[in-house]
Amino acid sequence: MNPFKWLGAAALGLALSAGAQAANVKIGIMLPFSGVNADLGDANIKGMELFLKLHAKDIAPHTIEIVKRDEGPPSGANAKTVATELITNDKVKMIVGVVFSPSAIAMAPVVTQAKVPLLISNAGTAWITQLSPYIARVSFSMWHDGYPMGTFAAKDLKCKTAAMGYTDFPPGKDSTESFKTGFEKAGGQVIDAIPMGNPAQVPDMTPFFQRVKDKKPDCFYVFIPSGNHASAVVKAYGEVGLKQAGIKLIGPKDVVPDTKLQDMGDAAIGTIVMSNYAADLDNAQNKEFVKAWHDAYGANSNPDFMSAAAWDAMAATFAVIKKLDGNLDDPEKVMAALKGWSTNGPRGKVSIDPETRDVVNDEWALEVIKKPDGKLGTKVLGSIKDVKDECKALKVGRCGGK
Amino acid sequence: MSASAIVSILFDGLAYAMVLFIISVGLSITMGLMGFVNLAHGAFAMAGGYLVVSLTKSLGVPFLPALIIAAVVVGAASIPFERLLYSRLYKATELDQVLLTIGLAFMAIASYTYFYGPAPLTVPLPSFLTGQIDIGVRTVPAYRAFTIVVGAVLIALLWYGFERTNIGAKIRAAVDNRRMAQSVGINVDRLFTLTFALGSGLAAFGGGLAIQTFGLTPSFAVLYLVFFLIIVSVGGLGSLKGTLVASVLLGVFDIGGKYLYSDAGGFFIYVLTVLVLLIKPAGLYGRE
Repeated sequence: MNPFKWLGAAALGLALSAGAQAANVKIGIMLPFSGVNADLGDANIKGMELFLKLHAKDIAPHTIEIVKRDEGPPSGANAKTVATELITNDKVKMIVGVVFSPSAIAMAPVVTQAKVPLLISNAGTAWITQLSPYIARVSFSMWHDGYPMGTFAAKDLKCKTAAMGYTDFPPGKDSTESFKTGFEKAGGQVIDAIPMGNPAQVPDMTPFFQRVKDKKPDCFYVFIPSGNHASAVVKAYGEVGLKQAGIKLIGPKDVVPDTKLQDMGDAAIGTIVMSNYAADLDNAQNKEFVKAWHDAYGANSNPDFMSAAAWDAMAATFAVIKKLDGNLDDPEKVMAALKGWSTNGPRGKVSIDPETRDVVNDEWALEVIKKPDGKLGTKVLGSIKDVKDECKALKVGRCGGK
Repeated sequence: MSASAIVSILFDGLAYAMVLFIISVGLSITMGLMGFVNLAHGAFAMAGGYLVVSLTKSLGVPFLPALIIAAVVVGAASIPFERLLYSRLYKATELDQVLLTIGLAFMAIASYTYFYGPAPLTVPLPSFLTGQIDIGVRTVPAYRAFTIVVGAVLIALLWYGFERTNIGAKIRAAVDNRRMAQSVGINVDRLFTLTFALGSGLAAFGGGLAIQTFGLTPSFAVLYLVFFLIIVSVGGLGSLKGTLVASVLLGVFDIGGKYLYSDAGGFFIYVLTVLVLLIKPAGLYGRE
C-alpha cells in the first residue's frame, strides 16, 4: 500500500473515532445585528449567549461552535445569501434565530434544498412552518397572541368595536387577521384597518392614531415589529390622547416588550397584551432566568419575549445535540428530535407540536401597571393553557395549504 | 372629511414641517452657496439628538437649554470638519463630495452605535410638553404645538437674519453669484464656514426636536436623508422661502396622505416631488 494513502486513511480513521466521542457541533445563528432593528438581534443573542454561558457543560463531551451572521434588513433581502453562506461555506448543521418573517420566507427554499434544519427563535408569520419540512419554531405564531386577544377583547374587555393598526409586512397582516377572526367570532366588529408604514423605518405614528381617535372604537389593536416601533406606538398613544378618549390600546406582546417598557413611561400603563412571556411572570424558571440576566447584563437591562424564546431555542438545540449524541449529520433525525421536544423554561411549559413543527405554549393576558417600586410591570389578567397555532387548526388562508 | 380631521392634518402636518424645515434649511443653504452635496448633514442632526439625550439624562439639563447647547456645540464642532475635510473638496467633482460625506455619515452611524448602542433612545420632557392642550376645535398634542411655536420663532429669526442684516445680505449675494460676491470683496470662504456651522447647529437643534417625533437611533443619519434632500430639491437650492414652502407642503401632504389613505403610505409625497420637479426642475424657488 502506498504509504501516503495509508497515512491518510489512518488520519481519517483517527478523526472519525475522535468525532464519535466528542463532536464539535457547528450551529449558525442568524439575527439582525445591524441597522434600525439591531436591538431585536441584541435581545435575542443575549438570551442565547446567556444559555450558552450557563449550560455549555450540559452537552459534554461535545462542544458547540456558534457562527453568528447578520440577518440584515427586515425585508429579508440578505437572508437567502447569508443562509446559503452558512450552509455551503461554514457547513453548519443547523441554523437558529431569524427575527423577521420575510427572512424566514426567503430562506425556506434554501434550507429545504440543502436539508439543513432551521429553528426559528422569533419570526412569527403563521404559515412559515409550512414552507419547509426542515423548519421548526420555538417562538410563536402571530395567531398565538392575536386570536385569543380577539376573544379576550370582546368577552373580557367588553369591546364592541375595534380598529386595527399594523406594520405593513407579512406578520402584520397575519396578526390583524388572527385578531379579527377571534374578535368577530366573539361578536365584536372591526371598523378600521390601518397599515402603518414598513418595518425598516419607524414612522411618525400620530396621523394613524388621530384617525383612530376620530373613528372612536372601543379598542385599538396594534401590531408592530416590537423594538423602536413599540416605543413610537406607546408614545403616540399618550400624545394623541387615546386613553383619555376611552380607547384601549391592545395587541400582541410586541407592543410592550420588557426591553423597552421602562423607557415608555406612564403612557404605557393600562395597555393590555396577549403574550407568552413577561419578565414579571411568576414561575421559578423565569425568576432564575431574570436573575441570571441581571447578573450578566446589569440591573437596568431586562429580557423580553424575544430573549426568552431565544433561550428556549438554545435549550432545544442542546436537547437535540444530547439526544443525537453530537451527531447532527442526518437532518431527518434532527427534525425528529425537535418534533415533540418540550422544556420548562422562562415561558413555562413549551413544546413543539410534532404535527405542525410549531410551538405550543401557555398564553397570558397582561396589563401594564405601575409597580410599588415605581417601575412599570405587568399584571396577569387571565391565562390559557397549551395554545396551538389556531391558523393551522382553522386552515385560514395560506395556513390551509399543505 | 370632518372639520376635526382637517384640523388634525394641518396641525400635525405643520408640526412635522417645522422639524423638517429646521433640519433641512442648513443643507439647502450650504448646497446653494457652495454647490456642495453634504450627505453627512443628517449625521449632524443626529449628533444634536444624542447630545440632547446625554445632557438631559446624564447631566440633568432641562430639555430647552439642552436643545440650545446642542445646537451651539454641534455648530462649533462642525467648523473643524468644514475646514479640514470639506474645504478640500469644494472644487472636486460631486461624486467625490458624495463619497466623502456619505462615508462620514456611515462613520457616524458606527461610532454612535458603539457608544450609545443600537437601541432607540428617548428624552425626558418637561411635564408641560407631555399630554394634550385644547386649541378650541379639538385637543392637540402639546409637544406638536411646542414644535410649531419653536419653528415659527426660528423662521422669524432666520428671515430677519437673511433679509435685514449685513451678513444675510452677503450670504444672499454669494448664493446668487459667488464670483461677483468675491470680486466685491466678500470673503466667501469665511462666509461658508459660518453658514455651514449655522446650518449644522440648526440641524442639531432639529435633531433634538425630532427625537420625540422620529425617534433616535444611530441610523437617523441616513434614514431621513432622502426626506431632507427632497425638501431641498423641491424648495430650490439656497432658498429659505423655498425650504419653508417645501417643508410645509411635504409635511402636510405626508400626514394627510397617511391619515386619509393609509394604504398608499408615503406615496403622496413622492408624487408631489415628481410633479414639482417636472414643472420646475430647479425647485419651487430655485434659480433656473
